[in-house]
Amino acid sequence: MALSAVRAPKIQLRQVRKVFDAHEQGMVALQNVDLDVSANEFVTLVGASGCGKSTLLRIIGGLEYATRGDVLIDGHGVLGPGSDRAMVFQHYSLYPWLRVMENIKFSRRLQANRGELTSSEVEAASGRADALLNVMGLSNAADKYPNQLSGGMQQRVAIARALLPRPQVLLMDEPFGALDAQTREVMHDLILHVFKLERATIVFVTHDVEEAIYLGQRVVLMAPRPGRIDTIYRVPLPAQRHQDMKHAPEFLALKREILQRIRETSGMKTDLELLEKLSHSVSISSLRTQG
Amino acid sequence: MHNFSFSRPARRPAWFAVRGQIGRREYWMLALVGLVVPLLLWWSLSASGLVTKVFMPGPADVWNRAVLWFREDDLLGDIGISVYRVVAAWGLSALIAIPLGLAIGTYRPVQALLEPLTDFIRYMPAVAFIPLVMLWIGITEGSKIAIIWIGTFFQMVLMVAEDVRRVPMAQIETAQTMGARRSEIVSLVLLPAAKPAILDTLRVTMGWAWTYLVVAELVAANSGLGYAILRAQRFLQTDKIFAGIIIIGLIGLLLDQLFRALHRKAFPWLYLR
Ligand SMILES: Nc1ncnc2c1ncn2[C@@H]1O[C@H](COP(=O)(O)OP(=O)(O)OP(=O)(O)O)[C@@H](O)[C@H]1O
Ligand SMILES: [Mg+2]
Repeated sequence: MALSAVRAPKIQLRQVRKVFDAHEQGMVALQNVDLDVSANEFVTLVGASGCGKSTLLRIIGGLEYATRGDVLIDGHGVLGPGSDRAMVFQHYSLYPWLRVMENIKFSRRLQANRGELTSSEVEAASGRADALLNVMGLSNAADKYPNQLSGGMQQRVAIARALLPRPQVLLMDEPFGALDAQTREVMHDLILHVFKLERATIVFVTHDVEEAIYLGQRVVLMAPRPGRIDTIYRVPLPAQRHQDMKHAPEFLALKREILQRIRETSGMKTDLELLEKLSHSVSISSLRTQG
Repeated sequence: MHNFSFSRPARRPAWFAVRGQIGRREYWMLALVGLVVPLLLWWSLSASGLVTKVFMPGPADVWNRAVLWFREDDLLGDIGISVYRVVAAWGLSALIAIPLGLAIGTYRPVQALLEPLTDFIRYMPAVAFIPLVMLWIGITEGSKIAIIWIGTFFQMVLMVAEDVRRVPMAQIETAQTMGARRSEIVSLVLLPAAKPAILDTLRVTMGWAWTYLVVAELVAANSGLGYAILRAQRFLQTDKIFAGIIIIGLIGLLLDQLFRALHRKAFPWLYLR
């Protein structure tokens, strides 16, 4: 019994359903979503655009409520956003009027605002902020304003800020979606490093299948219309990842499989067929002259 | 020969690059040209004698009239009372519009309750309220301020609400996931995030307040720049009308520059890079 209590999943989703009722009709964004994420697990979510990845993440974060079903953290129902679940968005989440260090310490400022912190805790927090600044390679940027930083640096600040209050769950919605390929690779190894250090549970949404496999211990593939979980893949790579693994045969095989499945579920295939048909039919210019 | 001219790196971007940059010196040169050329055109038109002085007095006439006004007709007094009316009405607007706009931009029920109403009132011409204001407030200093207030307040509320609504959702939700309460989101996120835009709104509405000045001073005033302009019309003192209009323009320009300087001082992070 004790053992099963220890092994209880960090995040449990039970028959989660989400309907956005625009104009009475009701848009089913999520249907019958069941998912368990264990403590200190790194799970990535992929799937065609509009399949409900962000919605699912936001439901776990408490920013959106489930129309039906249960969302449990450590067995307790989620009632709203809370500091046990930090969220990192794609952009515009930094406070441009605060310097980097002030952004990172924002959660402490909230606590201090309520007198919840003793002075020794404040000191410990600034020690942690310094440590995070170092880990994130931001030591020289502490006194800069966000709009003086590159996109990659800004996301590092956002991640450091999310990590400061030691959240147990880190929810990331395409955090590197706006970065170039090289910066993204650096960020991948950084986030894996942080994952190892912080022992957080991470749910990570991305469009990029390679990113999903490289980072995740499991890749959850979602399908649209209605949004649902299609397949869950266990990534056959050792816990300690390395950039070279991206060329390993099992990595490439899994990538091919997932991409194929995304295409099948997204309805993209019919578009491709349509294109194929078009290119085989009479050329556009001759169509025009006939008309 | 041609090859050279093509391979040479562009040394400076073209003047008319879309959203391009020009140097500080060029900027002020152009600004000066933009101000001096109309002045020259005006001067040459009046000096040519094509138009009688009653219709178009020359710059010298206007200047002389302004000096006379200053010496004998208490120009500074007129400026003082007009600035007071405008600033009082505008300040009163801001005092109510900022908290109200913040509430409308933050809470959907407040928006539903007040925004359509405000939208409705702002289309009513402020001038048409003059008889009502006279009836309710009487011919006092208050009635002039009230008319300027009616002209600016409703616009200001809607603009402040929009400034607050423009704060990116991600900034609000980030605070929520860090456990921020509602009041903390308002005071630590919405307000600081919207402040620069609100200051811009204050600057723009200050300009509108001045446009209502002349209308307000129609209301049985016996002092002020607007009043002086209206009285000059009765005596066909076209040069005084010109002088009054130009003085209002100069005050506006000065206030606008003050606001811009304040903006740069208060929000330095917007001007980095
Ligand atoms: N606030 C909302 N109101 C109404 N419909 C919404 C809302 N948010 C999301 N939806 C709809 O729910 C569906 C899922 O949206 P969601 O943003 O979760 O998809 P996604 O998988 O994150 O897509 P993307 O990959 O493009 O980010 C979409 O069809 C979207 O239009
Ligand atoms: Mg999304």
